[in-house]
Amino acid sequence: MGFLVATLFKIFIAVGLILLAVAYLTWLERKVIGDIQVRFGPSRVGPFGLLQPIADGIKLMFKEDILPANADRLIFFLAPAVSFIPALVVFAVIPFGPSFVITDVNVGLLYVFAVASLGVYGIVLAGWASNSKYALLGGLRSAAQMVSYELGLGLSVLGVVMMTGTLSLVDIVEAQNGTWFGILPRWNVFPQFLGFVIFLISSNAELNRAPFDLPEAETELVAGFHTEYSSMKFALFFMAEYANMIAASAIATTLFLGGWQGPLLPPVIWFSLKVFGFLFLFIWLRATLPRFRYDQLMGFGWKVLLPLALANVMFTAAAILILA
Amino acid sequence: MVPLWAYLLLSGFLFIVGVVGVATRRNALIIFMAIELMLNAVNLTFVAFSRFLHSLDGQVFVFFVMTVAAAEVAVGLAIIIALFRNAETVYVDEIHLLKG
Amino acid sequence: MEWVLFLTFALLAGAAAVAMVLQRNPVYSALCLIITFFAQAGLYILLHAQLIAFVHIIVYAGAIMVLFLFVIMLLDLRPEELPPMQFRRAPVLLGLVLAGALLAELALGIGPRIILGPRGPHDVETLRILGNTQEVGRILFREYLIPFELTSVILLSAMVGALVLAKRRSE
Repeated sequence: MGFLVATLFKIFIAVGLILLAVAYLTWLERKVIGDIQVRFGPSRVGPFGLLQPIADGIKLMFKEDILPANADRLIFFLAPAVSFIPALVVFAVIPFGPSFVITDVNVGLLYVFAVASLGVYGIVLAGWASNSKYALLGGLRSAAQMVSYELGLGLSVLGVVMMTGTLSLVDIVEAQNGTWFGILPRWNVFPQFLGFVIFLISSNAELNRAPFDLPEAETELVAGFHTEYSSMKFALFFMAEYANMIAASAIATTLFLGGWQGPLLPPVIWFSLKVFGFLFLFIWLRATLPRFRYDQLMGFGWKVLLPLALANVMFTAAAILILA
Repeated sequence: MVPLWAYLLLSGFLFIVGVVGVATRRNALIIFMAIELMLNAVNLTFVAFSRFLHSLDGQVFVFFVMTVAAAEVAVGLAIIIALFRNAETVYVDEIHLLKG
Repeated sequence: MEWVLFLTFALLAGAAAVAMVLQRNPVYSALCLIITFFAQAGLYILLHAQLIAFVHIIVYAGAIMVLFLFVIMLLDLRPEELPPMQFRRAPVLLGLVLAGALLAELALGIGPRIILGPRGPHDVETLRILGNTQEVGRILFREYLIPFELTSVILLSAMVGALVLAKRRSE
C-alpha cells in the first residue's frame, strides 16, 4: 500500500513538472527563435511575456471545436490522445535523480522504444480521420519517416547497451559514474560519439521537428496532419510534440551524458541542466536549418544514418572484444 | 497462479478467429492481418510453455517467428501493392484471372 | 490478482480479435489487431517474459501495423459494402478441426512432459537472478547461432523481394 501511494505521488509530481515544462518550453522556443531572428518574441503578457503560455492555454480552451464533414468521428477524437499519452508514459522509467525514478524496469530502454514507437499512430490516424488531402499526405509522410528513422535510432543506442551490458536506465546512468583518465567524466558520449550524433539526428526526425518537419510542412501541406484540428485537440498535438522533445532530451541525457551525475550541484539540477541544453539545441536547429526535401529525407535516413549506425555497432563490438 | 490450460485455451481461440478471418474475408489486407493473428496465437503458446517448462527455448522461438512474420509482411504488402496496381482491387474474389 | 489481470487481458485480446474479423472498415480492423497485440504483451509480462513483451510491441505495434495502416491509407481503402461475413459452414468447421488438431497434438506431445517433467533450468527464481534478457541472449547466440544467422538471410531476401515487387518499373 505504501509503495502504491509513493508511486502515485511520484507520478503526480513528474506529470505536473512535465506539463509545466511543456508550457514554458513553448515560451522558450518563441523567445529564442525571436532572438535569433532579431525580433522580441512574446513580450506583452506579463514580464518578458512569461504569462504567455497561460494566455495561450486559455485561448485554446475557448476556441470552437470543429469536426470536419465526413470525418471519422471516433478516430478523430482518439488521435490526439493517442499522440499525447505515449509522450507522457515514457517518463515512467527515466531516472531524474538517484532515487527519483518512478519505476526501474530491467528492460527500461526497450520500454522507452516500445512506447516511443506508438507516437506515430496519433499522427497517422489524425491524418486519416480528418478526411482531408493535406492531412492524409502529412500522415503518410510521417508514417514513412518515423518507421525509417526508428531504425537509426534503435541501432545508435546499441553501442551504449553493449558497453554497459544492461537495458535498465538506472544501471546505465550508474555505469557512467567516474572519470576517463582522471579528467573527462566517464560519459558515454566520448566513446560513443558517432552513436550520440546519430541518436540526436534520428530523434530530431522522430520528433517531426525542423529540419525534418515534413509531416506538417506549412509551405505545401497547410499544417499537415493537424490541418483540420482546432481548440484543445490541436493543443494536445502541440503539447505532445513538446513533451516528446523533453522525453528525447531526457533519454539522450540518460544514455550519453551521464544522467544526473555531476559534481557540486544536486543531481536533479544536473539532470535538468543537461536536458535544457538539449532542448536549446533542438530549438537552435529549428531556427537554423531549412527543411529537407522528401527524397533527401528518405535517402539520408536509409543510405547515410543506417549504415553509419551499423558501422558503429560493429566498431563498438570489435573494440570491446579487443580491449576485454 | 493461472494454469497452462487457460493460456492454451486463449491461444486456441485466437487461432480459430484467425482461421475464420482467412476463410471468410475478401479483403487481402484483412486476410493478412488474420494470418498475423494466427502467428501470434502460436507465439503465446510458445511463451506459455516456456514459462511452465522452465525453459527459454520457447522464447527464442518467438524471436524467430517474429523475424519470419516481419519478412512476410514486407513481401506480402509489396505483393498487395503490386496487385492493386494491376487489378485496382484488393478483394481476393475479384482477382481470379491469370491474365492481368 | 493474477487471475484478474489474466482475464482482463484474455477477454480484451479475444474481443478485439473477433472485432477485427467482423469489422468492415480496414482501418478499424487494424486498430483492433493493435489492441489484441497490446493485450498479448500484457500476457507475456504475466508470464515473466518482459523482453519478449516489449520486443513484441516494438515489432508488431511499432513496425508491422504501421506498415499495414500505411498501405491501407496509400490504397485509400474504403469500408467494404458487402457484409463481411459470408457464413459458410465449411471454413468455420475447418478452423475448429484444425485448432482442435493442434491442441490435441500439443496435449499428446507435450502433455506428459508437463505433468512428469523433466523441467528446464530456467524457473522464475533463477531468471530473477540471472536476468531474463541475458539468458535469452545467451541461448539465442550460443545454442541457436546458426538459425539466428539464417534469419538474416530471410530478412535480406525479404527486403530485396519487397523492393523488386513494389518498385514501379522504369521504362
